[in-house]
Amino acid sequence: MVPQNWYLLLSALLFGLGIVGFVSRRNSLVMFMSVELMLNAANLVFVACARGHEPVRGSVAALFVIAVAAAEVAVGLALVLALFRLKKSVNADDAQELRA
Amino acid sequence: MIDERIAFLFFATIALAGAVNVVVRRNPVHGALWLVASFLGVAGLFLTLGAGLLAAIQVMVYAGAIMVLFLFVILLLNLEAPPFEGLSLARGASLLAAIATAALLVWPFVRDPELKHAATPQVDLPATAGNVAGLLFTKYALPFEIVSLLLLVAMVGAIHVARRPRRDEPA
Repeated sequence: MVPQNWYLLLSALLFGLGIVGFVSRRNSLVMFMSVELMLNAANLVFVACARGHEPVRGSVAALFVIAVAAAEVAVGLALVLALFRLKKSVNADDAQELRA
Repeated sequence: MIDERIAFLFFATIALAGAVNVVVRRNPVHGALWLVASFLGVAGLFLTLGAGLLAAIQVMVYAGAIMVLFLFVILLLNLEAPPFEGLSLARGASLLAAIATAALLVWPFVRDPELKHAATPQVDLPATAGNVAGLLFTKYALPFEIVSLLLLVAMVGAIHVARRPRRDEPA
């Protein structure tokens, strides 16, 4: 039996990598992929922590996260497309009109 | 059981290597393909945790549908290979923030030895497709319906946002 903290440590690492990608990359597609990494890490925590108590509920929670992630990707990629049509670029730094 | 340990290390390596390459690769197509590897690694971890249904859904929805969407958009945009984004203050700060967050997540297990060696009790209700569906369609029926409504709203919104504007309306 693999100890639970191994899974928690791994998902902390995956979440940290997602943060690095989201904050440091300026390509909005890669930023979205990093968000997916973070959501995936959260799913891993749900399932790993539910294993010893109620595995079914962990799976249900992770299912909801996957559904929300799918919705987020659909809207986010549509926004990237709209941004590209407007700016001819997917660089997040090219859309700064709201900056004071 | 040594087998589960080997499986964990194998899939964890795949997931971590994929995640590192998503962040590091300059070409977004390479990043998307490495993201598939990371998702497949996590799906394997779901299998070792006994959540087979979730592993299957992870492969179908994440590694299948979502990644196809990503690759479609990348192909549609037809981007040239971007230049190196350079080292900046923001990158160093992001690394610090990530390390701090990961440390914050791990800290309770370092501090509390009781939590560190917590034994996993055995449960008699495994996360099979039947059990998950039984809970999803009875107790969690309302959240399930709300999520399906959310998906519908997201779909309509995505079509509206990505649609090419008509000639007689401002862009």
